[in-house]
Amino acid sequence: MTDRPNDRSLEKYRRMLRIRHFEDKAEAIHAAGEIPGALHTYAGQEASGVGACIALRNDDYMVGTHRSHGHPIAKGAKLRPLMAELLGKVTGICKGKGGSMHLSDFSVGSLGETSIVGSGIPVAAGAALGSKLQGNDRVALCFFGDGATNEGAFHEGMNLAAVWKLPAIFVCENNGYAVSTPASAAVPVKDIAERAKAYAMPAIIVDGQDVDAVEAAVTEAVERARTGGGPTLVETKTYRYADHAVNMGRILLDRGAEVDEWRKRDPLTLYRARLLEAGVAAATLDAMEQEVADEVADALQFARDSAYPEQADAFDDVFVDRLPIPDYLTA
Amino acid sequence: MTKATYLEAIRQAQHEEMSRDPRVFIMGEDIICNVFGTTTGFVEAFGTERVRDTPISENGFIGAAAGASMVGMRPIVDATIASFLYPAMDQIMSIIAKSRYIYGGQARLPLVIRTCLFYGNSNAAQHSDRPYSMFMNVPGLKIMVPSNAYDMKGMLKAAIRDDDPVLCFEDSTCWTSKSDMPDDPDFMIPLGKGDIKREGTDISVIAVAGAVPLALKAAEVLAKEGISIEVVDPRSLVPLDKALILKSVRKTGRAITVDPAHQTCSAASEISALIVEQAFDALRGPVLRVATADTHLPFSPAIEKALYPTVDRIVTAARTLVGTARPVSA
Repeated sequence: MTDRPNDRSLEKYRRMLRIRHFEDKAEAIHAAGEIPGALHTYAGQEASGVGACIALRNDDYMVGTHRSHGHPIAKGAKLRPLMAELLGKVTGICKGKGGSMHLSDFSVGSLGETSIVGSGIPVAAGAALGSKLQGNDRVALCFFGDGATNEGAFHEGMNLAAVWKLPAIFVCENNGYAVSTPASAAVPVKDIAERAKAYAMPAIIVDGQDVDAVEAAVTEAVERARTGGGPTLVETKTYRYADHAVNMGRILLDRGAEVDEWRKRDPLTLYRARLLEAGVAAATLDAMEQEVADEVADALQFARDSAYPEQADAFDDVFVDRLPIPDYLTA
Repeated sequence: MTKATYLEAIRQAQHEEMSRDPRVFIMGEDIICNVFGTTTGFVEAFGTERVRDTPISENGFIGAAAGASMVGMRPIVDATIASFLYPAMDQIMSIIAKSRYIYGGQARLPLVIRTCLFYGNSNAAQHSDRPYSMFMNVPGLKIMVPSNAYDMKGMLKAAIRDDDPVLCFEDSTCWTSKSDMPDDPDFMIPLGKGDIKREGTDISVIAVAGAVPLALKAAEVLAKEGISIEVVDPRSLVPLDKALILKSVRKTGRAITVDPAHQTCSAASEISALIVEQAFDALRGPVLRVATADTHLPFSPAIEKALYPTVDRIVTAARTLVGTARPVSA
């Protein structure tokens, strides 16, 4: 795919590294008790998120899921506010009110990472409708998993986007499992992409471990959307290494051999090999990895040094105007 | 000043705001064919991009309204009948109510979901809901329940200009009632500001939506018996004009809450609790609720209508509160 390395290929590798290092660090400090709540990691799926987001402009919209850490990093978000959010700090991207399932950075075009499965799909259709009504050429891309395609929201959002020919790209990151239930037990079609036929929508199936392949597929979909050709369903065949949520006891039983098989096609390993083959010096990639590791360490330090929100902040952002604080919290 | 009905007030508010602001658009089921008369002439005025018929897909198009509002549009969703909100609970409760909060204020969702309280006319249980109190139980949604055409127009215009999501419940029993309409194109009534619809001294009747006209009729009957009723119309349930309600109860010392919704966990229940908690010292008797009994609404007119609040039930509650021993004036 890549004839020779360029800034764009290096940027893809850098963003995948950022996600992997961010997730490794998050998992470690979660195990140590530093992150409250559940942690849904994206390791293994990096090529899917980065390949899709690199095909977007900065001002295009993106909606994601409870597995929310990879998407903003893929779209170019800064790491400090993301890590601070995981620790529940006021400097977090959501001021400490969203946490692991909601790392949504609106400054890079995000319109939410939502934890009710499938619920982002109508929202993305609506953002695309907004672009259409405003007469601009911004597109809206929505990430969701294989499990979401059994939700009514998926079918309603797909239908609306198709019937109104909206500039939307639906990216199903098919990692094979809805929590612990294999897609084969929950989806009657072999490929999620087949579901697009019901909406007369073009569909593309792509190797979700290959960042260049994902980029090419999503680029085709984005061009169609931007030029008035309507929505596309892109299915990335990918895999998450961790359980549905980490450190919560084994939700999946004995995936051992399967995980090892998928690790042989690790998206970062694959892409590093491709870059080396194309003539990039190993030292360059190693230096990049060190920079990313430093960046993640800096983000964690920032998060640790940051303050928690004040109790009164629980009453901000319900509405545009702050709600009054009840007596039992002020006495 | 010209008179207009409640339905015409809705049409005027939408028309004026769509003319004023190109970000405002309307979508819903059968908008173009204009089922209830609130979009008369809209396609001719605004075109089919801004006046959109939707598939029967409430969760889809209500979610799409959320997405469109997040990118700078100001959608009005016409959800026809309040029972049709249930398929969209996912989007209303998890996306619309919570997006601003869970993203730490990054999202803004200026949208209005309009829907009709379609009860009292043999539409059976699945079309007769008055579900506003369910939505009071989740923070993040403003809720308006206007009881006359004047309030409807002023509040709907304010709702369309509001930067928070607003649910507008339109009581079909008020559809044909008329009010004088101000000519001011910026005539607005802010949400959260209640209204004393009739002043009185003996009992505060706090009535919701279509219960307000009933309370006013009851007040006339009771006036002839020497019982002076103050009718308080909160007009919006979120925000709720607690100060106005409590001030009235502190003056009269007695309260009846009237609500067309099912009694359990109704707006009437919440308002009653507010009064008991915050004005107990002023009360000279129990706070009574006049609401709809906790059964479904049957189709047959022989047994439907008596289930709702009526003028008679309000009158009876008022007589109970002041005591039967009170002399009746001639």
